[in-house]
Amino acid sequence: MADANESGGLMTAVKGMGSHLRNSQVWNSIFRPGSPARADGGDSPRNRAYVVMNNVLYHLHPVKVKRHGVKLSYTLCLGGLSFFLFILLTVTGIFLMFYYRPTSPQAYFDLQALEVDVAFGMLVRNMHRWGAHIMVITVFLHMTRVFYHGAYKPPREFNWVVGIILLLLTLLLSFTGYLLPWDQLALWAVTVGSNMAGYTPVFGEQVSFALIGGVQITADTLLRWYVLHVLFLPFIIVIFMAVHFWRVRKDGGVSGPL
Amino acid sequence: MAQLPDNLLKRAAEARARAEGRSVDEVLAEMKGEAPVVSAPVAADTAASAASDGPTRDLDAESAQYSVPRGLLERGMRARAGADGSSVPAMAGAVAAAAPSASQAPVASASGTAPATGPPPVVGPPPGVRTQRLLTVVKAGAIQGTTTEPSDKVNVWPHLLAIEFVALLAMLALLTLMSAFIDAPLLEFANFNAQPNPSKAPWYFLGLQELLAYFDPQVAGVIIPGFGLAALAFIPYIDRNPSVRPSDRKLAIAIFTVFFMSASILTILGSFFRGPGFNFTFPWRDGIFFDDLKTILE
Repeated sequence: MADANESGGLMTAVKGMGSHLRNSQVWNSIFRPGSPARADGGDSPRNRAYVVMNNVLYHLHPVKVKRHGVKLSYTLCLGGLSFFLFILLTVTGIFLMFYYRPTSPQAYFDLQALEVDVAFGMLVRNMHRWGAHIMVITVFLHMTRVFYHGAYKPPREFNWVVGIILLLLTLLLSFTGYLLPWDQLALWAVTVGSNMAGYTPVFGEQVSFALIGGVQITADTLLRWYVLHVLFLPFIIVIFMAVHFWRVRKDGGVSGPL
Repeated sequence: MAQLPDNLLKRAAEARARAEGRSVDEVLAEMKGEAPVVSAPVAADTAASAASDGPTRDLDAESAQYSVPRGLLERGMRARAGADGSSVPAMAGAVAAAAPSASQAPVASASGTAPATGPPPVVGPPPGVRTQRLLTVVKAGAIQGTTTEPSDKVNVWPHLLAIEFVALLAMLALLTLMSAFIDAPLLEFANFNAQPNPSKAPWYFLGLQELLAYFDPQVAGVIIPGFGLAALAFIPYIDRNPSVRPSDRKLAIAIFTVFFMSASILTILGSFFRGPGFNFTFPWRDGIFFDDLKTILE
């Protein structure tokens, strides 16, 4: 009996602290009106609208969407998952940057050290690599899904073109990252891949020279692709993603129903 | 006072002047604010005389004078008479037989004693005298029923965000588990003098590398992917069929499916069915030559 009273008293104290915190100015300045985290954020049609409208989410989502558009079987969440993988790759990529030098031979030894000396180093590297492969697949499947729904038809023509650019940038991001481990797999896969670019009619040699920063792959190529991979291409792809998401909303949200 | 057209103002002034028995110019000046408001010195006999005289209205003349259609004047006159319970005043050419609007009489009689007790407050034209009318012409077709399409919408929170969050967690779980159990490959240090056999591009380019086995490098490495990418980007401008129903777009779906399947098949061939020298192998017979999955295969 005394035990129950004591735990009851503790619960009351915790609850009191919780409600005090949730009514504080600090708390209410962080969570804008309508947020379920707020003391006054109960479930109501108005608060459901505010959750989106009063939030940075409003840049991505409208307050309401067509009912068929939320069906998992329609979009399969492929676009959203591609975006999520991009964020995940950014986070894990930043982690990897702390332990990596884009020079020969340090690049390779840094990776070896990362795998054995750094806490969660192997896990994060694995996530970065598999995540990149999965992102190529989800982006490609997203394109396929959009085609089969005819979702590129007016007024969404241009957003399809932006999507193709995003697919190309995704491939380039993955390809530039491929060289960075500086092992046999990286070196020769990139050699084969960039040899193809050398077959470009008329400008073949120039394209190849610009791509690998010389007549053959060297440590200079490593630095060049590192900068492309961690800075230039992410910068470009973020701009196109912003346009892509903006156009999804401006063109009327998810297409359909069929 | 709102700006009224001169012709309407003049008509109103005449009507009031007739009702109050004053001169038109005086009332007009008063209405325009050029003269002080004077209480109507309406005498009973004025009203009586007005009643006995009865207005004989020449609607044609009034119509021309005030630029108001005759039909409207006549209609207004009849409506006023009907509302007052009086008979319709005689029109041009007819001799007035009835009293003017009965509503004028009470005012006249009530204000008969007004000068003695002080001027009554003037709050506007006397009852029964309308100084202006606002008319508008509305065509029957101009008023349309609003038929809003019933839209079946749901709130993004919680319906969409919950699904997205679950999808996100599922993907994170898949990726974490995969990363916990499958290590990314890290082969020997890059060696420019030891080209592995076979040398394969990243898997998403293996379809192209497969094409290289069949075509000239310029065709397989540049022209086919270049035109393929351009064709992909121009799909919305090539496919002008507005329908999104699968049954209406058999050709488009067929072409895209051929593209999708051939890209997949070429990639799988290049990944698993190509061995040393990039010659055909069977993975179940000779093993898999695909270093991306080296850590699983070993």
